Amino acid sequence: MNAAIRRHPVLVTLGVAALFMIAPFLIVVVNAFKSPEDYSNNGPLSLPDSLYTDGITGFWERVDFGQKLWNSVLISGSVAVLAVVLSVLTAYAIGIGRVRGRTWVLAFFVLANMLPQEALVYPLYFLAKKADLYDTRLSVIIVFTVIQSAFGTYLLSSVLGRFPREVIEAARIDGAGKWQVLWRIVVPMNRPTIGVLLVFFFIWTWNEFLLPLVMLLSNDNQTVSVALGVLQGQRLMDATMTNAAALLGVLPAIVFFLLFQRTLTRGIAAGAVK
Amino acid sequence: MSLAAPRKERAAGARRGGTAPLPRRGRRDSYALFLLPGAVAFLLVIIAPFAMNTAWSFTDWQGVGDLTWSGLSNYRELFHDAQFWASFRHSLFMVLSMAIVPTVVGLVLAAALFDFVAKHYGSKVTTVLRACFYLPQVLPIAVAGIVWSWILAPDDGALNAFLRAVGLGSLQQDWLGDPDLALYSVMGVMVWVQIGFPLVVFMAGLQRVDPQLYEAAELDGAGWWRRLWHVTLPQIRPEIHVVLLWCTIAALKVFGAIYVLTKGGPGGATNVPSYFSYTTFFEQTQVGYGAAISTVLTVIILVLALVGLKAQTRAEDVEEGRAA
Repeated sequence: MNAAIRRHPVLVTLGVAALFMIAPFLIVVVNAFKSPEDYSNNGPLSLPDSLYTDGITGFWERVDFGQKLWNSVLISGSVAVLAVVLSVLTAYAIGIGRVRGRTWVLAFFVLANMLPQEALVYPLYFLAKKADLYDTRLSVIIVFTVIQSAFGTYLLSSVLGRFPREVIEAARIDGAGKWQVLWRIVVPMNRPTIGVLLVFFFIWTWNEFLLPLVMLLSNDNQTVSVALGVLQGQRLMDATMTNAAALLGVLPAIVFFLLFQRTLTRGIAAGAVK
Repeated sequence: MSLAAPRKERAAGARRGGTAPLPRRGRRDSYALFLLPGAVAFLLVIIAPFAMNTAWSFTDWQGVGDLTWSGLSNYRELFHDAQFWASFRHSLFMVLSMAIVPTVVGLVLAAALFDFVAKHYGSKVTTVLRACFYLPQVLPIAVAGIVWSWILAPDDGALNAFLRAVGLGSLQQDWLGDPDLALYSVMGVMVWVQIGFPLVVFMAGLQRVDPQLYEAAELDGAGWWRRLWHVTLPQIRPEIHVVLLWCTIAALKVFGAIYVLTKGGPGGATNVPSYFSYTTFFEQTQVGYGAAISTVLTVIILVLALVGLKAQTRAEDVEEGRAA
């Protein structure tokens, strides 16, 4: 080790820093499999005596975690698809249609994306109640479809602005209408960008907290984030239960991460600097 | 994140000298139909609610019953509300921990990974290290909050247990429960959450830097830190700009972390505008007052965003001018 520090000081430093970053994950995994007695006797730093899974299954049943997962998948999946469709339509008009005043339209979408949800939350809550959509997953789907599509419109507009005009003009000369050009040419040729947006919208919506917290009152409609956040906020859990909850909350994120790591990192870069 | 794109295209079109058959105005505008679904959706979900919120900020409304206009009285009250000022002061701490520190640390880490680790140890090691730093970014903030509120718990938390185990038991603290300490603990958590974002953006940005610049600087005898300062920094200025703007706005909006970690406590020590407006809306049902808080927050964010975007567009124009 000493030799390693002398020979590779930068790598060792970065390695230690990286270990510090993932330490919370590791320690959650270790403690999620401890029995309450084991935890109170040996504390949070020891390895479990035996593989205790009752904490996890107990928590799963207590919060009906399967239902929460399904709600999150349903909401995030619907939002991802609908927001991409909405973004594509708007971005087609801006990026390829070059509608008049598009700079302003685009500026509007960027600002809409930056608007704090706090400035929308009470009116949305009020309107959802009026429209009989309060405490429905549909209300959250509608709201996030629009919010996410603000970013999608912005990103896709700048991508489509650079789309080769010759391709579109050739198709138009061959008699394709605007609608056909969009779905047969523009969308297929921009599949990578659209894929990035799908992944992003899914994960972002999955992680959202404030609006789902306000809009989804009943247990049957809550997402994973909201259910875990509310439980934690109420401080109703002991240490082993907390770890079981944390593990169940962390797992989907890790799965997304492993599945989409390349898309995520590529997408962030694309989103940051077009 | 630039609004300059369409203008550039227009310039490019003009340069083509109209050889490409540009669509006539009438045809061009019929694309407006494709804007319709987005426009309607935005009107219903963003514009109307935003207008309602702003209007309510001038009322004395409890969420039920009749609206009574009260003019600027909510804003006057805010101005004298110590809680309000404290929440914005805490926002500045959040900007420090969610934008400034991650940008600086992210820059150093990205440069170290990119031009040192990748060069000497290969891309696999680099990818693994980058993934470790990025992982907290994919976590729902509610889950990150659960993890950290347990780690930072006073009695059976992992951090205090760790301090005891390494013989530093005297450093044990009630990390989130001590009013003098809670804000710093939350800041530490937010650094952990945020660091991966600038790191990944900067590493992507570094890929487009011409390696010859580094070689030239090296030949001139510039050490690593000087190269970082004189080559890397200017080259990825656009990324730094975007990251700072993006993270500052995220810091001003921070809600989930506060809700899960401290609920603004102890004694308001970690209250932030976003959480403050939430409790005013939904716990005290002072809708008018809550709307005023969130309106002030919105104005600050929009001004910041406009100034930031404008500065960036100007910087790009300068660069273009230089290139031309």
